Amino acid sequence: MSIQTASIQTSETPLGRDDLARLVAKDIKPGSFVNLGIGQPTLVSNYLEPEQDITLHTENGMLGMGPEATGDQIDGDLINAGKIPVTELPGASYFHHADSFAIMRGGHLDICVLGAFQVSATGDLANWHTGAPDAIPAVGGAMDLATGAKDVFVMMTLLTRDGVSKLVQACTYPLTGVGCVTRVYTDKAVFLTGPDGVQVRETFGCTLEELQALVPVPLTAVPAVER
Amino acid sequence: MLNFIDTVGEAVAGIKDGSTVMIGGFGNAGQPFELIDALMDCGARELTVVNNNAGQGDQGLALLIKEGRVKKMICSFPRQSDSWHFDAKYKAGEIELELVPQGNLAERIRAAGAGIGGFFTPTGYGTMLAEGKETRIIDGRGQVFETPIHADVALIKALKADGKGNLVYRKTARNFGPIMAAAAKHTIAQVSEIVPVGGLDPEVIVTPGIYVNSIVRVAGAAGTTEQVA
Repeated sequence: MSIQTASIQTSETPLGRDDLARLVAKDIKPGSFVNLGIGQPTLVSNYLEPEQDITLHTENGMLGMGPEATGDQIDGDLINAGKIPVTELPGASYFHHADSFAIMRGGHLDICVLGAFQVSATGDLANWHTGAPDAIPAVGGAMDLATGAKDVFVMMTLLTRDGVSKLVQACTYPLTGVGCVTRVYTDKAVFLTGPDGVQVRETFGCTLEELQALVPVPLTAVPAVER
Repeated sequence: MLNFIDTVGEAVAGIKDGSTVMIGGFGNAGQPFELIDALMDCGARELTVVNNNAGQGDQGLALLIKEGRVKKMICSFPRQSDSWHFDAKYKAGEIELELVPQGNLAERIRAAGAGIGGFFTPTGYGTMLAEGKETRIIDGRGQVFETPIHADVALIKALKADGKGNLVYRKTARNFGPIMAAAAKHTIAQVSEIVPVGGLDPEVIVTPGIYVNSIVRVAGAAGTTEQVA
């Protein structure tokens, strides 16, 4: 094991979904405007600290979204993009759909966190359609989210149930966006993607060499000074 | 010309076969259920419907689809756990689907209301939803040309109208209401309350009355707590 490899392994075991959500939450800069996609990314909201002062956007038309509503808080007119009843925080604002997607497309959101079927070495994203002939296609806001935010973070397991890497040289599933993903958070490693290829920021429960054996894309460690 | 109408049935009576009908709402929030039920009863067929989804459960738009009254859906997200009526029609080849990314859907509706002939957007560039569409590199980014979506009629739900047809909405039930009101030739709004002229603060009006043609009061249509299905 090289010294460099040893230095990027930060956990003895792979990360669980909540640990990963905690890590993503910690990496969001204070004061950011953030959209959390449906599914695993929603878990991130559980780990945002009040002192981070993060404002959550939901694309059906709100900034300043609060936690999921319970009991008497449930109001059919106040839902998130996953159609789950939510609450509003002081300072919240409402706007119509064209404004909401202008916020996204116009590059005003700092970070969007999404799930994925596949991410390519250059940051192409596939997360909306398996391409199966009998599947009813449904895209929602996925392409808008992938295209608009300044940074697009993906959260996913590194491998499919069959053990195949979801980080790939080129996506085989239909694309959601081209070259849009900047970081990929997985149970086994955090990857930085971009036009120059894939760098590994840290690994969990494996060395860089062991990780490389799982992923069909050349990996390099992020230089220590940039970590 | 603005009309205040007593019943949802009279409000939708003019909707003809083959019309393009925009229906507001995202999920159940802002969905004008009573107007959709009235559209069902009025018998119009061969409709093109513009909505974010393609109906949920056994109510509203889902029933219109079930009864074969919708020839084409223009939407972003037709597939949901309870969209069984759309699923069945689609798999049987009995309904046409134009799938549009949600932000492009909203902006195409906005463009229609604003008199814009189309626009280039990065959303969808390089994907199968841009196939066959004109593209350009603008500001160093690939962009796709999208055209406006016009409609004959919009059915929307708001919280309150005043005597001039100005509308205010409630929370995330606003969603597509304002842009659909502007995009349709004839906009029908169901509201839970009608107040006299001057009864709404001009500073908080979201949809100016110029976009609204018919208003019908439906008790509890907005502003009430309703469980999301």
